[in-house]
Amino acid sequence: MIVDWFPLWNSLRIALISGVIVFFLGILAANWIARLPGAVRAVADVVLTLPLVLPPTVCGYLLLLVFGVKRPLGALLASIGVKIVMNWWGGVLASVVVAFPLMYRTCRGAFHSFDETLAQAGQTLGLGNTWIFWHVKLPACRQGILAGFVLAFARALGEYGATSMLIGYTPGRTATISTTVYQLWRTNDEKGALMWVCMNLLISAVVLLCVSFLEGGQKKQRRETHGEGA
Amino acid sequence: MGKALEVHIKKRAGSFQLSCDLETDFQGTFGMLGASGCGKSMTLRCIAGLLTPDEGSIVYRGRVLYDSKRKICVTPQERHVGYLFQNYALFPTMTVEKNLESALLSPRNRGMSGREKKRKIQDAAALLRIDDLMAHRPHQLSGGQQQRVALARIVLSDPDLLLLDEPFSALDSYLRTSLQTEFSDFLKALSRDAVLVTHDRDEAYRLCPEMAIMDRGRVAVCGTREDVFANPGTRAAAAVSGCKNFSRAEKKGPGMLRATDWAMDLYVQEEIPEDIAFIGLRAHNLHGIRAEDAVHAVDQGRNVVEIRGATITQTPFSVSVVFPAGSSQIRWEIDRSAWRKEYMEGQCLPEVLEIDPGGIMCLRD
Repeated sequence: MIVDWFPLWNSLRIALISGVIVFFLGILAANWIARLPGAVRAVADVVLTLPLVLPPTVCGYLLLLVFGVKRPLGALLASIGVKIVMNWWGGVLASVVVAFPLMYRTCRGAFHSFDETLAQAGQTLGLGNTWIFWHVKLPACRQGILAGFVLAFARALGEYGATSMLIGYTPGRTATISTTVYQLWRTNDEKGALMWVCMNLLISAVVLLCVSFLEGGQKKQRRETHGEGA
Repeated sequence: MGKALEVHIKKRAGSFQLSCDLETDFQGTFGMLGASGCGKSMTLRCIAGLLTPDEGSIVYRGRVLYDSKRKICVTPQERHVGYLFQNYALFPTMTVEKNLESALLSPRNRGMSGREKKRKIQDAAALLRIDDLMAHRPHQLSGGQQQRVALARIVLSDPDLLLLDEPFSALDSYLRTSLQTEFSDFLKALSRDAVLVTHDRDEAYRLCPEMAIMDRGRVAVCGTREDVFANPGTRAAAAVSGCKNFSRAEKKGPGMLRATDWAMDLYVQEEIPEDIAFIGLRAHNLHGIRAEDAVHAVDQGRNVVEIRGATITQTPFSVSVVFPAGSSQIRWEIDRSAWRKEYMEGQCLPEVLEIDPGGIMCLRD
């Protein structure tokens, strides 16, 4: 049996690229929105969290409304050669939209529990706000941020609904693991579907193992340095 | 020419209204004493630029830090103040050394060579005796050590004005006194202006030649520590300064007032303000006299009170005698040694007490 490994490669690149995009977008959005006045913040919060509660197919539909080739923005992009629909980078867009709220929410939580006196101490020491953000606030919140990134990455890896609406299933071009599983099952290729299911399980397990390894390492390190000081 | 520090600010926070008017020509360390929630920390944060007042102005040695009318609000980075936080606010993910280095990253120190930075860090570490803690992280340090690291970090940032927010409240009480002495020496050696916020009257008295007492968002009194403790202004401020006896009071005439709670008339030497609402009497400003001298004392315009039905409680270094007066009571505190010598361990308690001349404080509400 000749296996087409394209879905694995495609899923990984979509998940990784969208994971990195969501990582920065989520952090910046969480930091920016926390500083907005109350009412504006509440509205922004709802809008940015919406993809989390909407069915992914609805997100896909909304994305088609904006980026479809017959829509103004989609047509404009197509005219300069960027066709989102039915291309793998459209999958990146779909994954970013769907995974973003997970990163954003987790970062908001982490920033919320951040001790603001640390940032204020930095300010009175004459340090710039950007420096304080990257060197004091982010490291102090790293655990929450890491958790958010893993959740977002895993979500992007398993994205199906919005992806299939936006880029469909074209073997060798837009097929991802999750769309392949559906397609193979639909065409009665039980064996093929099972293979990709197992592949998906394997990737998920590896991701989770990495997370617990990272967390364990951090804890151990902290315990050791603590023991030394005590 | 203005004063060293001029703060005229208003700020509302929920139901709390800060309305601080402070002008002082202090040298060294200026104290801001008050109960928790009186607005002293809020004022300090406004001086540092960490909070923005609703309106007003803040001027430090001729430099305008904030002026709502002229739309001036200098950023905390550019105010050149060092702020010592209650929890010391060391960066938790950095070692002590990195924490100290961070203070040299400000634009003020741009262009400083690596070698010079290293030397400065070593000097600051030596000054505060934290040389051997450089590789540690903040959570591995004791409270006192964290405070020294935070101070070293502030010294490195080279501020014009130090702002100290309850520096000893997070420390064990037995450590406090020795650290305060050390701290006082450190501030003298540094010879910088400092503003110290505290709720501890002993701490304020020990460290600050000049101070203000804040009460419910306002400055109740401001001046030298002796003046402030002699005349704290309001009842709550007097309580913060350690006064334990209060009675409602009315002016009866020149040099005479009625202490309504104690149901007695009292002579007062200084002028009685029209807005007097209370009098305060420090528990130490009483001494026993012989009963036969009491009549004589009253004729001379001295104030005496009778002790009847006293309750005696003892602490390691002093003794309190509490006795009813009118609808209230009066507390008299005596040093252990005097208690032993003059009153024979309470065997010969006087029947009459005289209030020390000048011992009565006229207070507003």
